[in-house]
Amino acid sequence: MTVRDAMEILNAKVLVGEDNLDQEVKSACGSDLMSDVLAFSKDHSILLTGLCNPQVIRTAEMLDIVCLIFVRGKMPDDTILEMAKERGLVVLWTEHRMFSSCGRLYQAGLGAGAFGGAF
Amino acid sequence: MAEAIRLTYEISPDDFTRAGEASSDVKKKLKSLGVPPEAVRKVSIAMYEGEINMVIHAKGGLITVEISPDQILMILADKGPGIPDIDQAMQAGWSTAPNEIRSLGFGAGMGLPNMKKYTDEMTIDTVIGKGTTITMIVKI
Ligand SMILES: Nc1ncnc2c1ncn2[C@@H]1O[C@H](COP(=O)(O)OP(=O)(O)OP(=O)(O)O)[C@@H](O)[C@H]1O
Ligand SMILES: [Mg+2]
Repeated sequence: MTVRDAMEILNAKVLVGEDNLDQEVKSACGSDLMSDVLAFSKDHSILLTGLCNPQVIRTAEMLDIVCLIFVRGKMPDDTILEMAKERGLVVLWTEHRMFSSCGRLYQAGLGAGAFGGAF
Repeated sequence: MAEAIRLTYEISPDDFTRAGEASSDVKKKLKSLGVPPEAVRKVSIAMYEGEINMVIHAKGGLITVEISPDQILMILADKGPGIPDIDQAMQAGWSTAPNEIRSLGFGAGMGLPNMKKYTDEMTIDTVIGKGTTITMIVKI
């Protein structure tokens, strides 16, 4: 699917990256714990989170994630959005909670991706 | 890139919002130098985990990165409390992070094992009450 498909499935608003919605996305991960995202994410293109701080953007940057989705209606502030813009990230915003957001995307065919975990 | 490029970053203590700026800068430099994406990714993740640790567990410090044609060397030196039991600290899930850090999205005890996983060499030198120096190498 594309970022645009994900946006439609979640009735999401685009906060950053209006022009980059046609990128292909293959897999996603969802977590409020950046420690786990860094440890277990392997090749995800979407990160769903309810955490709103600059470290979410940096985590996405380090992992080459292309699209961030803020769930549960969490609204990131301007500093965070500005950081996302500088890095060419797409940022979406949805009122759906984590479980239903992930479920909807999974049902629509988005994968969980390779498991990068186990030390 | 015949000669090594040396970068240094002063990591300021207790400024959680800025933690990761150094790693972000290194990632940009590596990309612009044409370092292969897989190596860039390994360095980014390992250094970011280490930089966050310097801010949340230590009192900041100094990061030195040396980029050579065949490897990237990272030296993270802090003036924090030191690590009393390295084997324990290296275990996935072991963390002394307070709840406040957990509410910021960190403190799961995954950082050090993740640094080890993404680097080809990693050594920890620590002195209680003086500080910790972590040296990591990613081969290109
Ligand atoms: N630079 C450091 N100085 C002092 N103690 C450290 C340092 N780095 C790590 N530690 C200790 O080792 C423990 C494990 O570190 P690790 O990075 O694996 O997990 P964490 O930082 O607690 O959580 P996470 O990395 O998952 O966010 C820490 O909780 C802390 O007690
Ligand atoms: Mg850590």
